[in-house]
Amino acid sequence: MQQSKMVQMWVGIFVAIGIASLFMLAMKVSNISAFADTEGYELTLNFSNIGGLKVRSPVTMAGVVIGRVSEIGFDKEIYEAEVKVKIENRYDNIPEDTSASIFTSGLLGEQYIGLEPGGSDTFLKEGDRFKLTQSAVVLEQLIGQFLVSKASE
Amino acid sequence: MISYFERLGESALNIFEKLGRGHLFLLHVLSGVPGVLWRFSLVIQQLYAVGVLSLLIIGVAGFFVGMVLGLQGYNTLIDFGAEESLGVVVALTLVRELGPVVSALLFAGRAGSALTAEIGLMKATEQLSAMEMMAVDPLHRVIAPRLLAGIIAVPFLAALFSAIGVLGGYFVGVGLVGVDEGTFWSQMQDNVDLYDDVLNGVIKSVVFGIVVTWIAVFEGYDTVPTSEGVSRATTRTVVHGSLAVLGLDFVLTALMFGE
Repeated sequence: MQQSKMVQMWVGIFVAIGIASLFMLAMKVSNISAFADTEGYELTLNFSNIGGLKVRSPVTMAGVVIGRVSEIGFDKEIYEAEVKVKIENRYDNIPEDTSASIFTSGLLGEQYIGLEPGGSDTFLKEGDRFKLTQSAVVLEQLIGQFLVSKASE
Repeated sequence: MISYFERLGESALNIFEKLGRGHLFLLHVLSGVPGVLWRFSLVIQQLYAVGVLSLLIIGVAGFFVGMVLGLQGYNTLIDFGAEESLGVVVALTLVRELGPVVSALLFAGRAGSALTAEIGLMKATEQLSAMEMMAVDPLHRVIAPRLLAGIIAVPFLAALFSAIGVLGGYFVGVGLVGVDEGTFWSQMQDNVDLYDDVLNGVIKSVVFGIVVTWIAVFEGYDTVPTSEGVSRATTRTVVHGSLAVLGLDFVLTALMFGE
């Protein structure tokens, strides 16, 4: 009887591990995940075009990741994208005239938000909005502009 | 010369005969599955034998396969400046293909061979005949729980393989070669679909579980009841089981992921 209790326990553990793996595949690997919240404060940015920016894309300053995109929405009043980013609490001294741009890492890489610090003495707080933003570069527009400028030469 | 063709024809007929026997056998076993559900302790015993005892090999293999994927994927992707896609590469490869296929292959080697040898020896020592004498159907009492346990165990093992493989890829990709952690997961989550990828992988592994366990128990039941016969049956289980998995994988992939 002792033997069969052990067997039952091990089978129980086996099934639990199997279900846990399936759960991990569903939650962590595939796209229905509820994102783990890191400690931080939220700022808002408006862009006229976010390109391929995605939730959880990095937010960097001087190339160092200091936060992540937490939410992407569309502001139907001004027809612009509204991006919420979560910045880690220890980086609490971002000047309010900091400018934000969407860059691409590598030629075909992922897009991220790069912050360029300004010179102001007042810092951005929870819920504040960036004033200076620059949209993503869309490759087709770039090629279009290049063709137009070539044609006008 | 004539005798050569005779033997050729005979072996061809034998193949078809065996194929037919195998399917009748499967039907007979399946008819016993509902009865087994009422005596689930039999299945639990077998789940221990085929599932729990396979955990170690599946876990270790999954981790190393994931690490290799992480390293090879990174070395290839870095040439194109696309190392952010490492998470996608690792996860899709594992969830769609390597998880179900490799765990089914390992299962055929680890558990399938053991099933065949066990049932073959039961036949060789006439335990199965003894059961029939006592009006106990060995297909229902011995084979059905093993088949059911195999079908339950393989999807779990495949899921474990994929999950540990992803962790292995994460360990190499983020830990050793330095892909950004958030990008690794976010790209993965953006490009791996719960239904198209994860669920199809699970369906695949269920099919592989049925086929591999079926081949294993049938080879055991159909063995020539000598020690040489058992050894041949065990070999056939691993060879046929692996080939069936690889062949079926192509068919299933074409059905699931072809446009």
